[in-house]
Amino acid sequence: MQSPTAPQPHITVTGLTMAYGSFVLMRDLTFSINRGDIFIIMGGSGCGKSTLLKILVGLKEPAAGTVLYNDVSLWEVPPGERDLILRRTGILYQSGALWSSMTLAENVALPLEQYTGLGPRDIRELVSLKLALVGLAGFEDFYPSEISGGMRKRAGLARAMALDPEILFFDEPSAGLDPVSAHLLDELILELRESLQATVVIVTHELASIFAIGTNSVFLDVDKRTMTATGNPNDLLRETKDPSLRHFLTRGEE
Amino acid sequence: MSAETATSPTKAAAGQELARPDASTLVVRFGGAFALGLALPGLEELRGALEAEPRPARLVFDATDLTRWDSRFLVHCRKIMDLARAAGVSVETAGLPAGALRLLELAAKVPERKGAARTATREAWLARLGGRSQAAWQAFTEVLDFLGEVTLAVCNLARGRAVMRRSDFLALLHSSGAQALPIVSLISALVGLILAFVGAVQLVAFGAQIYVSSLVGIAMIRVMGAIMTGIIMAGRTGAAFAAELGTMQVNEEIDALRTLGVSPMEFLVLPRLLALVVMMPLLCIYADLMGVLGGFVVGVFMLDLNPAQYLAATWDSVALANFWIGLVHSAVFGVLVALAGCYRGMHCGRSASAVGQATTSAVVTSIISIIIATAIITVICNILGI
Repeated sequence: MQSPTAPQPHITVTGLTMAYGSFVLMRDLTFSINRGDIFIIMGGSGCGKSTLLKILVGLKEPAAGTVLYNDVSLWEVPPGERDLILRRTGILYQSGALWSSMTLAENVALPLEQYTGLGPRDIRELVSLKLALVGLAGFEDFYPSEISGGMRKRAGLARAMALDPEILFFDEPSAGLDPVSAHLLDELILELRESLQATVVIVTHELASIFAIGTNSVFLDVDKRTMTATGNPNDLLRETKDPSLRHFLTRGEE
Repeated sequence: MSAETATSPTKAAAGQELARPDASTLVVRFGGAFALGLALPGLEELRGALEAEPRPARLVFDATDLTRWDSRFLVHCRKIMDLARAAGVSVETAGLPAGALRLLELAAKVPERKGAARTATREAWLARLGGRSQAAWQAFTEVLDFLGEVTLAVCNLARGRAVMRRSDFLALLHSSGAQALPIVSLISALVGLILAFVGAVQLVAFGAQIYVSSLVGIAMIRVMGAIMTGIIMAGRTGAAFAAELGTMQVNEEIDALRTLGVSPMEFLVLPRLLALVVMMPLLCIYADLMGVLGGFVVGVFMLDLNPAQYLAATWDSVALANFWIGLVHSAVFGVLVALAGCYRGMHCGRSASAVGQATTSAVVTSIISIIIATAIITVICNILGI
């Protein structure tokens, strides 16, 4: 479907400024996320990675600039249309954000019940498939408080994938996971990207993940209050002259 | 509406065809789009074909005409594979789209955890009764535990060893005292007003409207002022205690205190208990005054009584004992509301809905115990003759 020579932009960000009241967090962010990318939003703590994600998924309005999904501006269309765009996305929150009073099956089923006309049996089958995909077959009737943090994260991923999204967003997917689980989650993300032909956007500062799975990235510099680089993280490491980016990509060793 | 009855299996746009190129092979040929929101072909024909003589030995997929697919296609394939496996037919998945094939492998990679799936069991009524009684007994011992721990915390406080922050205590005094003044004013003034109206209807008939003052005075100061503040504080502050401590329980903040060696009883429950025990009697005195004021408004403006006369009659009729009894009521209510709120909060489950339940049961427990305590105190006063 996609040819590697001519990347199609899936999300295009132009001149974006993020601010809380009069406090400007980042200004002049311009980059595009191509179809099939594993796009990393990276930067030190407090640089606004999560805020950028919130703007991309429609939770927070930018102070200036545009976010285009294909050719539609997310923040300039009426809210109803924005919901339609966002329904084609799935988000995995940092701690899973599963609804604690619902079982895993009910958590995954809710988007399906809301947005598809499927009957309870079809939904149950789809839910079992999604949970099996993230390695949680048989845990349908567990409550989020009864499973481990890593399992909660995977269940959150099953919920994010419920509607077969075109774009999957991850907020710090490996935070709070042991290295092996983090690696397995990375593999899972790669596998799902390949099989579902989805675009993946990841907010993270885990260098291991950044280099292992990232195909494109943007670096947010805390001190300069803007982005200083975009591109494949491995290329950035090889080519960059910017001291703060080098510092970040080498864990402060260079 | 189930997809299986919605379309005729062979000719639908999102369809599947079955073919038998040779005696041992059954080919399932998919065509069109398999996606959310579209009707999928049924499996009846396939079930028949799997059992038709001569029995096929293997099942082969052909997806060359498949235009679009998503998770529902995977579910459909899994069903077909399960059916084939049940019929003893081997499945060759090579004909499926590469992405679908990988996802199916991924889904099968981690086997279903044995014993993880839960089945709803129905217990016999005797077992249910036994379970309920055990749960009730356990709840009772938990309450005793809690009361014991609170008592120990109070003892520690008396010995000056309790760990609790002054600023927390002061903030609680403010939120459960001063901030409650507006609602206490409104409710108790209205209760005084209502009492005066109800009494006036009867007393005016005897020309004894001056006794409205003693009716309102004694009722408010002896018991109503305390009960009204108790109920207001149960809904206002008791609920807040339960919600706050419950949320701390959900966020593991209480565990964090325990592991730090700080007793949550001293650090969280004690300041709340003290704040309410100090503030309830003060609020009660204030409510008494507002209630008398409500009666005064009715007496003076509706019944045309002399203001000085009304106040003098109130002063004469209300014995000081009534005032003290009211204060005892309110101090007891303060303890009950604080304990109910803190107990429900500390024993909250670890989910958002558990916080809601804890808050609800804190208010219900407080109000029930306020009414029961009033009854007990009234009986005791009656026996003692005060």
